[in-house]
Amino acid sequence: MPRTQQASERVAIVGASMTQFGQREGWIMDLLAEAGLECLEDAGVDAENVEHLYVSNMASGEFEGMTGVPNALAHDLDAMPAYTQRVDQTSSSGGAGIYAAWQSIASGASDMTLLVGGEKMSHRSTPETTDIIASVTHPVEYKTGVTLPSFAGLTARHYLERFDAPRESLGKVAVKNHKNGVDNPNAQFQKEVDLETVLESPIVADPLRLYDFCPITDGSAALLFCPESVAEEYTDEYVVVAGVDGATDTHVVHEREDPTIMGGVVESGKGAYKMSGYGPDDIDVAELHDMFTILEFLQMEGLGFADQGEAWKLVEEGYTKRDTGELPVNTSGGLKSKGHPLGASGIAQGVEIYEQLMGEAGPRQVDADIGLACNVGGFGNCVITTIMETAQ
Amino acid sequence: MTMEATRYEDGSISYPGHPRGPGGTEPVETIDLSEYTAEVVTWTTSTATPPGVREPNTLAIVEFDVDGESVRAIGQVTTDDVETGDDVEPVYVEELREPGAGIREPDSQDWNGYQFEPV
Repeated sequence: MPRTQQASERVAIVGASMTQFGQREGWIMDLLAEAGLECLEDAGVDAENVEHLYVSNMASGEFEGMTGVPNALAHDLDAMPAYTQRVDQTSSSGGAGIYAAWQSIASGASDMTLLVGGEKMSHRSTPETTDIIASVTHPVEYKTGVTLPSFAGLTARHYLERFDAPRESLGKVAVKNHKNGVDNPNAQFQKEVDLETVLESPIVADPLRLYDFCPITDGSAALLFCPESVAEEYTDEYVVVAGVDGATDTHVVHEREDPTIMGGVVESGKGAYKMSGYGPDDIDVAELHDMFTILEFLQMEGLGFADQGEAWKLVEEGYTKRDTGELPVNTSGGLKSKGHPLGASGIAQGVEIYEQLMGEAGPRQVDADIGLACNVGGFGNCVITTIMETAQ
Repeated sequence: MTMEATRYEDGSISYPGHPRGPGGTEPVETIDLSEYTAEVVTWTTSTATPPGVREPNTLAIVEFDVDGESVRAIGQVTTDDVETGDDVEPVYVEELREPGAGIREPDSQDWNGYQFEPV
């Protein structure tokens, strides 16, 4: 039973974990249990203390015919009688899980909420996986055979032509994020790629090529939330959710007034900044949803890190590099090299920010007290932005 | 078969239509976009297509001008030889992709429609 708490009490994160991302032998339940158990162990919290258990997952029913996973996970973790709930917001299911977990603690409904996200995808062929993900589209879009990578190609061409940006600038996003991923032992790809390799890789959705896209990935990640007063019972060092917000944009992508502005990024960013009292200049490190390289530009601009049409210049200048940049972006390797198990990705972004703020990021460590994660669903259809800070 | 767009109380037009338009405005009429030409805003050629979709699949977002009101649409292009700014006209096709080959329930939507052909 949740105890009475002050509505103003801040929401703490006291544990974080992620499994190895990549091609995994385990199925969805194996992956979720692995991350969930590791997260509880990381925090030193027993499963019996978990009051709410949320599972971020887009499509376990479609991918492997497994539904009802939150209850199944509660049983596997021996977390009964915890209240369970599935959070599906397509690719932003993980971020939406963070928002739901924050709400459960902030409202006083739960004193300990475990959030686990995961997806098992690699057993399906690339066309099948592409189709499951593309099922987010409106019927008039779906019948054209459009895919999420196609939306990226359409948007990238428009961006490059309109802002006179060089094709190479997108390639440099991939090069940077692959370089960061080398130091992430849980990343699917721990391999550098050079610009020439990116620019000569096979075309997937012209002008974008293979290395502009994240891979198909199995994996899971978890975060543990509680009120700050409860966190202090377990540890002196934890992270606080300073701001979080979610927003939507049009379902039909071509109906957006400006194809280079993701309204969900802009609006969720505004909400997270307002709640936290911080602005773009206060952010020390950011995880952006680089499912496609062009998305890193659109989020940098939508979140106020760059003016519209200018993000490519910052990437060219090295502004977002991990070791020398003013704002390191995707120190984890991003979805690009870490991989994108749909329901896990937003949580894995949170795991990276948590580790950066806790000083636990090892060779990826940057100097950071405030971090931001932006998790994008569909092609910007729904977006969650979360700002975290070290506990003061 | 028409390429049906919807005009709302405020004069704006969307393709496809929705029960409510901008500012909560109600639909007032439908417009057949197949009677108009459009301009290519952007395009891509997809080489990794889902089951039942032609490969490669060249797609474009195009903009129609309906009596001074612009409305955009996405569609397949009849050729791979297309550029931004090209004028195109809608051309009817019985089946844009194979119903039932993908995950979507075949009876849940239409599969015929219009491709865009440069003029």
